[in-house]
Amino acid sequence: MKAAAFAYARATSVVNALELLGTHGDKAKVLSGGQSLMPAMNLRLTSPELIVDIGELAELRGIAVTGSIVRIGALTRHVDVLKSPEIAANAPLLTEAIAHVAHPAVRNRGTIGGNLAHADPASELPACMVALNATIVVRGQAGERRVAAEEFFKGIYATDLSAQELLVGVELPVASTNSSYFFHEFARRQGDYAIAGLAAQAIVEKDIFTKLRLVFFAVGDRPLLARAATKLINVSLTPEVLAAAMIVLGEELDPQDDHQASASMRRHLAKVLLARGASALLCRPDLNAGGRA
Amino acid sequence: MTASVLISLEVNGERVDAHVLPRLNLADFLREQLQLTGTHVGCEHGVCGACTVRVNGEIVRSCLMLAVQTHGASVQTIEGLSDSGEVADLQAAFRDRNALQCGFCTPGMLMAAQDLLKQEAEPDRERIREHLSGNYCRCTGYHAIIDAIEITARARAGGQA
Amino acid sequence: MTIASANPEILSELDRPNSYIGKTVPRPNLERLMQGRGLYVSDMELPRMGHLVFLRSPHAHARIADIDTVAAKQLPGVIAVVTGKELAPVITPWVGVLSHLKGLKSAAQHAIAIDRVCWQGEAVAAIVATSRAVAEDAAEIVRVEYEELEAVTDMRTALDPATPVIHPSLGDNLAFERNLDAGEVDTAFAGSDEVVEADFIFGRHTGVTLEPRSVLADWNAAEARLTIYQGTQAPHMVQNIAALHLGLGESQVRVVCKDVGGSFGIKVHIYADEMATYALSKLLRRPIKFVADRVESFNTDIHARDHRCWGRIGVGRDGIITAFEIDDLTGIGPYSMYPRTSAIEANQVVNLVGGPYVTRNYRARARVVFQNKNVMCQYRAVGHPIACSVTEGLVDLAAAKIGMDPVEIRRRNLIADNAYPCASPSGLRFELLSHHAAMNKLMTMMDYDALRAEQAELRARKVHRGIGIASFIEVTNPSAAFYGVGGARISSQDGVAVRLDAQGSVICQTSITEQGQGSESLTAQIVGSVLGVSMERVRIILGDTDNTPYGGGTWASRGAGIGGEAALQAAKILRRNILDVAAAILQSSPNELDLAGNAIVNASDGSPRMELRELARIAYFRPDTLPPGIQPELMATRHFVPREYPFAFTNGVQASWLEVDTDTGFVKLLRHWVVEDCGTMINPQLVDEQIRGGVVQGLGAALLEKCIYDERGQLTNANMADYLVPMSGEMPDIDVGHVVSPTSETELGAKGAGEAGTAGAAAAVANAVNDALRPFGAVITEIPLTPRVILTALGRI
Repeated sequence: MKAAAFAYARATSVVNALELLGTHGDKAKVLSGGQSLMPAMNLRLTSPELIVDIGELAELRGIAVTGSIVRIGALTRHVDVLKSPEIAANAPLLTEAIAHVAHPAVRNRGTIGGNLAHADPASELPACMVALNATIVVRGQAGERRVAAEEFFKGIYATDLSAQELLVGVELPVASTNSSYFFHEFARRQGDYAIAGLAAQAIVEKDIFTKLRLVFFAVGDRPLLARAATKLINVSLTPEVLAAAMIVLGEELDPQDDHQASASMRRHLAKVLLARGASALLCRPDLNAGGRA
Repeated sequence: MTASVLISLEVNGERVDAHVLPRLNLADFLREQLQLTGTHVGCEHGVCGACTVRVNGEIVRSCLMLAVQTHGASVQTIEGLSDSGEVADLQAAFRDRNALQCGFCTPGMLMAAQDLLKQEAEPDRERIREHLSGNYCRCTGYHAIIDAIEITARARAGGQA
Repeated sequence: MTIASANPEILSELDRPNSYIGKTVPRPNLERLMQGRGLYVSDMELPRMGHLVFLRSPHAHARIADIDTVAAKQLPGVIAVVTGKELAPVITPWVGVLSHLKGLKSAAQHAIAIDRVCWQGEAVAAIVATSRAVAEDAAEIVRVEYEELEAVTDMRTALDPATPVIHPSLGDNLAFERNLDAGEVDTAFAGSDEVVEADFIFGRHTGVTLEPRSVLADWNAAEARLTIYQGTQAPHMVQNIAALHLGLGESQVRVVCKDVGGSFGIKVHIYADEMATYALSKLLRRPIKFVADRVESFNTDIHARDHRCWGRIGVGRDGIITAFEIDDLTGIGPYSMYPRTSAIEANQVVNLVGGPYVTRNYRARARVVFQNKNVMCQYRAVGHPIACSVTEGLVDLAAAKIGMDPVEIRRRNLIADNAYPCASPSGLRFELLSHHAAMNKLMTMMDYDALRAEQAELRARKVHRGIGIASFIEVTNPSAAFYGVGGARISSQDGVAVRLDAQGSVICQTSITEQGQGSESLTAQIVGSVLGVSMERVRIILGDTDNTPYGGGTWASRGAGIGGEAALQAAKILRRNILDVAAAILQSSPNELDLAGNAIVNASDGSPRMELRELARIAYFRPDTLPPGIQPELMATRHFVPREYPFAFTNGVQASWLEVDTDTGFVKLLRHWVVEDCGTMINPQLVDEQIRGGVVQGLGAALLEKCIYDERGQLTNANMADYLVPMSGEMPDIDVGHVVSPTSETELGAKGAGEAGTAGAAAAVANAVNDALRPFGAVITEIPLTPRVILTALGRI
């Protein structure tokens, strides 16, 4: 299980990386943390002709809070996000979610940009970005463009990013002081990819959701910003309301079958997550009807 | 450009200059070019943790890193940690608790365990299990490993008090 | 029978003040493993060594029309590309049958497929290159033309007339069938108050040793000698078979086994790709190294436990079990494995079902069929998990039917502790077991009544926890009855040579092997105890056919019981010889002397008379000072094999405490208990850790592990991300207790302990899940108990 031969270029700047990608296009792969790319190469599932290593581009690393925006550079590692007080204060959903990403040794290498550009539908971070209403910052030789996270993820391992572009960072709105969040995933073992997960961000006023973004992952080809949430906003939540939201959720999901779960099981688990998420966000254990309560 | 690349790094405190092919991963570089065979290869796709080493003080999976990426880095393997005595107490606890059988996972386990103990003074069993959850051991069933790490943590905490 | 802490009385030779027997002492080989200074085959390099990669079939069943190796051979760094046809003149094919498994048949298997591939992963060509990476590059450009054949994948239809016969010369796809009918089964069922039946389904799984199978074969053409460095549990078996199929004398083959990164039965077989490696070394006249990568491991390491077993049980309202009946079906892949065969697991299932219980009425059928999947064979606890899950699952179903507590029904049916010796309906002879004492101890350890109360209290709050109990028996210390009587050249005896060196230290060569169980430690503990020599002065040599006595190795829970007894007997001879020499030097008599603290001492008061090193100095360098006629013999060898009982049965009981999230189907293991009885424990810590490790392999089978094949015979999860092994985050703490019933067949009294944990763990978990789900009326008799299986049973999806 050895990677096929490839050429290697250590990018000296973003501009240099973009030049290399411009020249080699599809035949090149960007190496960031390598925690998804390396296994695929070792298994010869992918055999790029050129590896463009962007690991030395310090300009892409770091977390900064400016006004109402949290900016995370693409090369910021999972461990950096996990341990960042800025993230804990301004995007605590991310702090909680990232603890579920793989294991310490992987989090020490894996990067936010690499994770998002890889766009694994079972990954936690794309869902968090959608839940947090993040903007993905992309740079090409023609310049920089910004894409709403909701628009960025296009399918299994597919994004809005072209082969000539580089994901350089993400921007998150600072969480408002009255917002709350919920993150949970069902994975067979710690650190495994989820078989169903939910990242949610909400504003609750007097036991009622006034804002709610529910983003399900591992239950479709990309993170799903659930319309079901609209059923829960500005209403006094009852089991009946929740049941109605579950029906909407069941209709909008199009989950895949795989070793771990059938489509119907994923639908079921998503509904369990919906109940548990709503219950937790509203501190209403009674809503978790089918659960352990 | 598939030709070998010159890298300079520090391995277990020694300066190493080597020509490596771009496709060579760090685990194979350590094992085959430097004969540091204490770093084991168990799955080569980043799941088993047997190849865990330290790069710039942090644990990584050496099968998921290219040797060329270690240019300018400081790498520490189980041989280095053993010779420096850094994990001598942990190793003693593993020995006393028989926290290894075939020993193939042990270098990676020790790396991960020491990484935890450096960050947290007295992790409970659940935290220990969590931190090691990416290191596969087929022999022990983990219980003895958790014991050994817990014992070491307590001893270190007691020693500092 | 005694409880663990008491010293067995019979160990006179060993029950000494300085004895290491029964003591927890660290294993002598740990330092090198912890410091990264071990030497596994995957670490080894030899001059001119070539790296071997196999091109493997992507099809489960296909005819090989053509192989074009021209382009691959031209790739820089490629040493050779060899097809099955080209290798055939170097190594002969084999057939994996044993004569005592009557009717077992299989087809001739080649080291590399010649004209047909029979499973996805079978090797079709070998590529030898200067590096593994280059060999993989070359493998990608070898062109093989296949004509795909219909694959036989479902064991349930393998015997249907419409299903193609995989090996037409065999007539059908039935490899082996065994029928057993003991007692009055029909009458017993007819007279039962209740009869309960179920289909038990077991997921095919595999060993996943962390170090993959590795072999380095070095044919020295000048010496006409082949040295095989291999992580194997049975070096002499490998020696015999390599010699046989390469046309060599056994003296021309040396097998060296250094550190081994896990075995569990995976490394006790002869694999086609390993045979090809030996042959390629001979063909290419240079060292050839093959290290399976993880994907190859999943596709070619033996699989196990792919069984579907129907079972039924009869029971009276008083809880007395009246009869067991089973019909077991297992698919073993396209060949019976060599040389231990792939019929043993089903045979064991027939042997073991109902084993802990009194009833004499038992009927069984087992059928073993061929299919186009990877081969199946013996993996840790062979057959036991199947037999235990079926038996204990049925017992729990019976208990539920008559409304009896699972512990109570077992107490009413387990063979009484004073009923031994006795035999099972299948003819297994039990020397001395302790089911009731083990159950009593378990009840105390887990505080069963308190746990039941907690369960009830939580259930009222919709928290669904379950308790599962599984009693079991385990086959250990096998005599020649296992393989030798069937014609296999697999030694059931082991030998140990012990010698005093010139410094008064001891060197001990044993034919058992070490894969982490503690073979070195237990041997050193025994020898050190008998000779009064401290552990650090005992050096153990094993795993080298040139340098150890002939013997079986370490498998089937035999190392301590058989190899340990050989060590004891050899050390006793050396002890006598040392005391004879000492008596001559000290002008005393051997009876008045003893060995302790690395010295000759007075037997009466223990006062030191002479250092062992001084005795050795005189014996080796100044024999001229000894009285006439005294010739010191400071080396002794003894061999041992059990003769009275074909197997030394052990017993035990396990319990699982877990929680099921009935919304999600996820199971959280909370605690696990084991009480087992392996007779004399040489090193209690090593026993406990064997149990714990074994339990977790059983827990993997219960909840996580399964080789998932599609209908075309493709293994779809051949990697560690998709094949789920147990990791630390989900495994529970495991409490281990003991009852000690030494075997009288040996002076040591030790039975095996390596497989007990695996034997009963899955049964305990399955019973616990069903216990948790009782309020829902769901019963699951399938493992692994995945969330999908549980949600389906609950009707949630």
